[in-house]
Amino acid sequence: MSKKRKIKDFLGYVMIYLCAGFSVLLLAAIIVYVFAKGAKSVNLSFLTSVTSVLKGTVGIAGNIVNTIMIVVMTMLITIPFGVGAAIYLNEYAKPGKLVRLIEFATETLSGIPSIIFGLFGMMFFGQTLGLGYSVLTGALTLFLMVLPLITRNTQEALKTVREDYRQGALGLGAGKWYTIRTILIPSAMPGIITGVILAVGRIVGESAALLFTAGSAAVLPKGLSGLFSKLFQSGGTMTVELYLAATSEGDFDTAFGIAVVLLILVLLINLGTKMLAAKFDVTRINR
Amino acid sequence: MVEQTAKSIVTICAVVTIFAVCSITAYMVMKGTPALKNVGVSSLLFGTSWKPTAAEPAYGILYIIITSIVGTSVSVLVGVPIGLLSAVFLTEVAGKKTSAFIGAAVELLAAIPSVIYGLLGMMLLNPLMYKWEKIFFAGSKTHQVTGGSNLLSAIIVLMIMILPTVINVSATSIKAVSKDLRAASLALGASKMQTIFRVVIPAAKSGIMTGAVLGVGRALGEAMAINMVAGGAVNLPLPFNSVRFLTTQLVSEMGYAQGLHRQVLFTVGLVLYIFIMIVNLVLQKMRREAGADE
Repeated sequence: MSKKRKIKDFLGYVMIYLCAGFSVLLLAAIIVYVFAKGAKSVNLSFLTSVTSVLKGTVGIAGNIVNTIMIVVMTMLITIPFGVGAAIYLNEYAKPGKLVRLIEFATETLSGIPSIIFGLFGMMFFGQTLGLGYSVLTGALTLFLMVLPLITRNTQEALKTVREDYRQGALGLGAGKWYTIRTILIPSAMPGIITGVILAVGRIVGESAALLFTAGSAAVLPKGLSGLFSKLFQSGGTMTVELYLAATSEGDFDTAFGIAVVLLILVLLINLGTKMLAAKFDVTRINR
Repeated sequence: MVEQTAKSIVTICAVVTIFAVCSITAYMVMKGTPALKNVGVSSLLFGTSWKPTAAEPAYGILYIIITSIVGTSVSVLVGVPIGLLSAVFLTEVAGKKTSAFIGAAVELLAAIPSVIYGLLGMMLLNPLMYKWEKIFFAGSKTHQVTGGSNLLSAIIVLMIMILPTVINVSATSIKAVSKDLRAASLALGASKMQTIFRVVIPAAKSGIMTGAVLGVGRALGEAMAINMVAGGAVNLPLPFNSVRFLTTQLVSEMGYAQGLHRQVLFTVGLVLYIFIMIVNLVLQKMRREAGADE
């Protein structure tokens, strides 16, 4: 090898190592910095009380409840539709115009940024349907956002179920729907759950789509009836509270406290999907 | 009977997506067009003065549009090479364990909520920018001091946020390059670096381009993080100017805007939506072509 070539090769390696190192260092720096800044704000009362000047407490309990409610409501709406759509696309549909249109729409939907979902949710669910700023408006908006995610993951999972299973069930006299219900959905369950966890992760981290749909209230609902009426009231998630704390309130202690909680959640969700993928390696079981 | 009902129900589930896309498009157009008529197409889209609450209001969004275009292009132009080389490291250079470790780190980067990127940008980038601003513009009479919230901060945040997308898509397409090509290149006496840059990357070109376009889509649509670091004034997109993107304009003013101001914001939304749809169509075309190649 010529000397010039050697230098060029060396430079190539240096650049590649630098770029790859950048991502890792970046992640490490983000985690260390957020924990260093925010760990001191996070304690039991931060997680279980609501910020109140009267009582002198600082806490995000209201935002945690709102986040959980929005996650649960969104998933309750999205799972049936997403799984249903995937079943249609994979088991019933014959290739043709409708399927191409549905797939085009799914791709398009997954490419729309969350701020547009937020605008549409505000106009359609909030104003046209009269739901205003509420947890329900937020959940319906996020339904549109995570629908492609659930549909895709379920579809992928259904594709990996072996053809023998379908033939076997049909051969034994089971109807198509019976086969789907008892054989295909259980076999595809790990894939469906992975999709659900990914969707939960997106919802927990979402803010732009929620600012103008679910609003920013941080009150803690009282009792079960309070929880129900909360559906129709404004409720800010942790991310929205972080945004407001950092920008309009200038309360960086709370902002970093929330950032710590969010980072821990994100880490757990990431770990969860990894473990699930390792435990239920769908391709391995079916091969 | 059950069979028929089941089939109808899942069909409806699948068609919901089509309805969703149609109604989003319809609403964006319906709400976004009135201002075009009320303000006038040219003074709205090509006006450079943004004074929505002044006694004689002006609603020019040209600077906002240019900012989105400039911010997105620069962050992608910087982010794609870094992402591509990281992907090369993951697939060609690193061992299995290192590759898995860095892959996991990249996945985590993708999962971090955008408000956290924004918060870190506020705390780390903006003070740094303020320092530089004081050095570069010391004694300048025309420069408006921004305190560090500027286009450059936003571009850095965007660049970081698109990295995971670019890395993942590039890595997938590099992995798909046939081993024979590498073997042939090495057998002809090319070094590993020559093989990577002259053979593997050109072979994975279409996948890498797809990653870049995906990055454009993400950068164009990002709102919260850059809203926290880009400042609050509509200006020409110069590195040290406080700027508004299409998305940040919506985030920061939708909460209180009334009347014509609100209508104009919906037009801003429509412009963003059109940009995103163009990116989406390009992306789908690229994917179809890639599918046809295989």
